[in-house]
Amino acid sequence: MTTVASTRPVPAPARPAAADRRPSASEGRAGLLLSGPFLLVYVVFVIGPLLVGAVVSFFNTTTVKNGLGAWVGLSNYTRVCGDPLFWQAMWHSVLFTLFTTPPLVLLALLFAVLAARIRRARVFYRIAFFAPYVVPSSVVALIFLWMYTPQVGLVPKVFDAVGLPVPDFIGSTSGGWTAVTLMTLWWTFGFNFVLYTAAIQDVPGDVYEAAALDGATPWQQIRFITIPLLARTTSLVVILQIVASLKVFDQIYLLLSGGPNQSTRPVIEYIYDTGFTSYRGGYGAAATLIYFAVIVAISAAWYGLRRWRASRAAA
Amino acid sequence: MGGAMARRRFLALGGGLALTGSLGACASPVVSGLTGTQPDTADVIFWNLFTGGDGANMVLMEDAFRASHPGTSVEATILSWGNPYYTKLALATASGTPPDVAIAHLSRLPLLAASGLLEPVADTGVAELGVTRDRFTPAAWQKATVAGSVFAVPLDTHPFVLFYNADLARKAGLLNTAGDGLKDMRGKDDFVGALKAMKDAGAQYGAVMSITADPSTAWRCFSMVYSGLAGPVVSDSGTRITVDDAAMEESFAFLRELTSGGLMPGSLTGAGANALFSTGKAGFLFDGEWQIPSYRLIKDFRFNVVPFPALLGPKPVAYADSHALVVPRNSRRSARRTADAAAFVKSLLDNSAVWAHGGHVPAWLPTQRSRAFLDQSPQRNYVQAAFSAVYDPVAWYTGAGSDFQSTVGATIIEVLAGRMSPKSAVTAMRSDLKRYTTARPPVTMQEASR
Repeated sequence: MTTVASTRPVPAPARPAAADRRPSASEGRAGLLLSGPFLLVYVVFVIGPLLVGAVVSFFNTTTVKNGLGAWVGLSNYTRVCGDPLFWQAMWHSVLFTLFTTPPLVLLALLFAVLAARIRRARVFYRIAFFAPYVVPSSVVALIFLWMYTPQVGLVPKVFDAVGLPVPDFIGSTSGGWTAVTLMTLWWTFGFNFVLYTAAIQDVPGDVYEAAALDGATPWQQIRFITIPLLARTTSLVVILQIVASLKVFDQIYLLLSGGPNQSTRPVIEYIYDTGFTSYRGGYGAAATLIYFAVIVAISAAWYGLRRWRASRAAA
Repeated sequence: MGGAMARRRFLALGGGLALTGSLGACASPVVSGLTGTQPDTADVIFWNLFTGGDGANMVLMEDAFRASHPGTSVEATILSWGNPYYTKLALATASGTPPDVAIAHLSRLPLLAASGLLEPVADTGVAELGVTRDRFTPAAWQKATVAGSVFAVPLDTHPFVLFYNADLARKAGLLNTAGDGLKDMRGKDDFVGALKAMKDAGAQYGAVMSITADPSTAWRCFSMVYSGLAGPVVSDSGTRITVDDAAMEESFAFLRELTSGGLMPGSLTGAGANALFSTGKAGFLFDGEWQIPSYRLIKDFRFNVVPFPALLGPKPVAYADSHALVVPRNSRRSARRTADAAAFVKSLLDNSAVWAHGGHVPAWLPTQRSRAFLDQSPQRNYVQAAFSAVYDPVAWYTGAGSDFQSTVGATIIEVLAGRMSPKSAVTAMRSDLKRYTTARPPVTMQEASR
């Protein structure tokens, strides 16, 4: 890598003056005006509900009656923390993240690199890999439910045909995890694929040319040029994927309803079950905020790690 | 400058377009969805959770109403059974967009009523149509009463019953002289004796029941046995555990005795129970009467259904639940719509002999005593079970398909499968219940009367 980098001139910062120049007053106004619609939606649908949720979590609010209900202080929080089912559900969300994040990142990188190097029908492959991502989760779950059906479904038949033991995809815990992981891989990998595809297009072509002149094989080009230059994208994809996987709900709810016997129930379904099915809105809000804090902590830790590594690399 | 003007004009035009678009759409379902009003697409909007045979019977009853009330339209919406249905019903009502009539299990009624989501029956106008207390199975009407007010019109009682293979029962000498029912059984010893006789008559098992991954069935069976000895497992609207330890241990021991002695398999799926019973490999089947239609379809299979005899206690007890009709509260419902809803409820009751084809015992006595029902066999055999019915205990978390049933059912399954002793199961049951009794209730039952 060092040899390649040394032959390449350090790119000049794109706009050296831009950072120093303060935007004029009219530009500031225009900026506010243009971001206005977004800010409005953000405040009404994200900040607002978050604040309402924070308030509600201190009351015995129920989803079936108006009003806040009785003030209960921090007891919703202490009860959520003391509920083993909450921590089990939390662990299921983490488990799902561990199952899905590595393959979703690696496969997306692999296929983005391959799709970028293909000569013909590049657009077709890009669309084909991204297409599943736009299908609604309910549709995906319905189709996969059919494919996983014991005896008659496609997947058990394929497993059987190649001589693999057929897990009970819907009825057992390990089968359930397999089913949900496979489905998620097929369904969401397109998003990371697009991020990688965009990043690959940003890699200047002359780098490859220089490498080719120096006799680098295609594999060496991928190994020593593409992957290192995608490091920043990888870091972004990983954190986005971790957060997305921790938020898992639809697939597991639609495919397994958190079963069998709540052994795959993710934390969001725990929140749904207590807050909506059991009508305990205040309790559900407390569970949501604890989970929110965990996600923020993970994101902050990741961000801090990146900054630390960047500053170390710069030093 | 000209460019800026053009841009402003473009923006203004765009804004104007958006505005006219939204004004023009005022009457559309999108806007009524955004503003939270229910589009009145029919005179009576009816929600239920019935699919399969029950669903088909319900459609027949709706059609009967349409035929007798040509001026009144009915729109029926079928939602998925269990928790999702009750979540939607409660949230739709709480947000002011409820259906006019809905089905609810009576076991699920306490929370719905206590949350103030239901119109008391006295305010729905059905009494003027002759729908009064004296014309219902008393146990069902009693269960429809929460904190002194009646909140639901019971449609049926669906008890947990005893199916038997008629040919095996004859061979085992269990049939009565008329041959249309079983000989009198009193108490546990007679019952265990009957299971043994079935096995001796050539059955692989005396009895079968769906156990594996079926906590609801386990809970129904256990609840029936235990209720012969003691009262509800929780009281005070579900905030206090009132388990009789000795009675509970005895109940568990009895159930374990059935499975440990080989009279009954200790772990079996629903499909397995169905296969064993329908092929004559099991003498008895413990299940809900709603399974009757599925056995009717089997050729040359003769079976009958009777209420369970008294087992551990002095009197027979039937675990049961009821489908009932409720009118969710809606402050905007017009007098006209309320009257239509009442007429619809009355019509469903009058046609409940159709409903009985699904195995259910009509709660409406005029139908229960009618020829149309009494000609139905085996349905007429277990009418008594509707009168000795015991329901889920009154609490905000109990009822058909609830998490409560899954939790306690899982412990009962452990006992049936022999993985837990009756004594430790009592402790486990207490800790299962504690999870619910110590949770802060979203509403208290006393609020129902307000």
